[in-house]
Formats: sequence, C-alpha cells, structure tokens
Amino acid sequence: MKTKNIAIYGLLVALAFILSYIEYLIPFPLMPGIKLGLANLVVITAMYGLGYKESLVLSIIRILLVGFTFGNLSTMLYSLAGGMLSWIMMAITKKSKWFSLVGVSVIGGVFHNIGQIIVAILIVSNPLIVTYLPLLLVTGVVTGALIGLLASMIIKRVNRHLR
Amino acid sequence: MVKKNDLILIGVILIIGIGALLFMYLNNEAGSKVSVQMNGEEIITFDLDEDITYTIEGDNGAWNTFTIKDGHVDMIDASCPDKICVNHKDIHYDHETITCLPNQVLLEIIGGEENPIDSIAN
Ligand SMILES: [Zn+2]
Repeated sequence: MKTKNIAIYGLLVALAFILSYIEYLIPFPLMPGIKLGLANLVVITAMYGLGYKESLVLSIIRILLVGFTFGNLSTMLYSLAGGMLSWIMMAITKKSKWFSLVGVSVIGGVFHNIGQIIVAILIVSNPLIVTYLPLLLVTGVVTGALIGLLASMIIKRVNRHLR
Repeated sequence: MVKKNDLILIGVILIIGIGALLFMYLNNEAGSKVSVQMNGEEIITFDLDEDITYTIEGDNGAWNTFTIKDGHVDMIDASCPDKICVNHKDIHYDHETITCLPNQVLLEIIGGEENPIDSIAN
C-alpha cells in the first residue's frame, strides 16, 4: 500500500468516527438503538476510491473503535450486523453494475437498517419488531440517496489523488 | 451520475415502505392489554384501563419502570445505560412495542380485535 493511501485511510477513519459520534449524539428515539448509518458515507467512498477490501477493513475498524468508545455490546452488535450486511449488499450491487454509486448507496442504507432490525428481533425474541421495518426502509432510502450523492461529489473531486 | 435504474430502485423501495406504513396506519386499533416480557418470556399482563406504575426487575439488578395512564403505556425510568426505552414514545395501539435491549425487556400491546395476522401468528 502506498504511503499516500495510508494517510487517506487515517483520514477516512477519522471522518467515520466523527460521523458516528454525530449519530451517537442524535439518537433515533422512535426505534431502539437504531442508527441512521451516516458513516456509510466513508465506507462507500472507500469502496469506490480505494477498493473492496479497503472499505471492508475501514468499516470494521470504525465499528470496533466506535463500539469501544461510545457503545456497549448491544450497540456494537447492531452496528456490526448493519455494517456487514450493508457492505456485502453494496459489494454485490456494485459488481452487478446495474446501478450507479447512488443506487449502491441506497442498497447500503436499506440493508444497514435491515441488519439492525434482524439483531433487534433476535435480541428481544419478538418478531413484532419487524413492524419498524417500513419506516426504516423509507429512512434507509433517503439517507442512502443523500449519502450516495455526497459520495459521488467527493469521489469526483478526490479520485485523482487516490490509487 | 444518477442512472434510471437508481431512480426505479428508489421508487420501488419508497412505494413498498410507504405502502406498508399506510397499511399499518389504517389497520391501527387500540389494544386492551399490555404484555410484559423479559428474555422473550411473558412475565405478566395488565389491562390498559387500570392506571398503574410497575417496575420489572431483572437478574443482576436491572430494572425498568413503566406506567399505564388513560390506556397509554410509557416507560418512565430504567437502569439501562442508553435510556432508549425511556425516550420511546408511549404506546397504545395493538402490536406496538417498547423495547429495552440492554435489559432484554419488551412491552407489547395486545388484545385488539382478532385479525388475520393474529390468526396466523397464533
Ligand atoms: Zn432501556
């Protein structure tokens, strides 16, 4: 890995950390423990700018770092399920080439929330939690689309500095 | 930058999400009881027409206190670190829930009119 990329890694981890902190400050009071997934901005930027492996490593580092700093075991389980499911689905969607970055980000936002719902259902052993899903689909699409637009702009501006 | 496929994707998910929200909203009905569950098992139920304050106590000193007032159930205090259950809005309609993940406590409104979803679930 180039020295420049290591610096970019550090920068992205820091940015993800800040976004997670913002999320931590504004909880989503309607739903237990669920986060908007703002840090996905960094993961998707890394996926397009650096590569699949790099974005996965970044995502895991972020989740562990934020989990140990602000969270507890249950919040870390949430982010892990949301983060990993969202990464897998974004990677598949990106490879399929059906959508642009915005579509990939929307998929990421939606599956980030589906992952969190699955954990919530497992933890409280009550499938009724699934009634939160429609609202989470809508918020996932909206945050996913906004993050996608933002990430496209970032990628366009920084791409020549990457790789 | 944005492909046609992206817009179709966004549209389809929005329609599903908003459609389901509308369906749930139209099928809302007040429940008649609250079921108090811990670790996935029902501990006790209360009728919504009695006004009470009740504290659920867990194994290692964990506790959650909720009230029933005018048919609405609200978590008013809890020992959990995140207080998400306390910040949750009060619940009143059939199948609504308040969850406390750290303490594994769940309050669920039950006992609305029997509907097809119930018959399947039972
Ligand atoms: Zn709680």
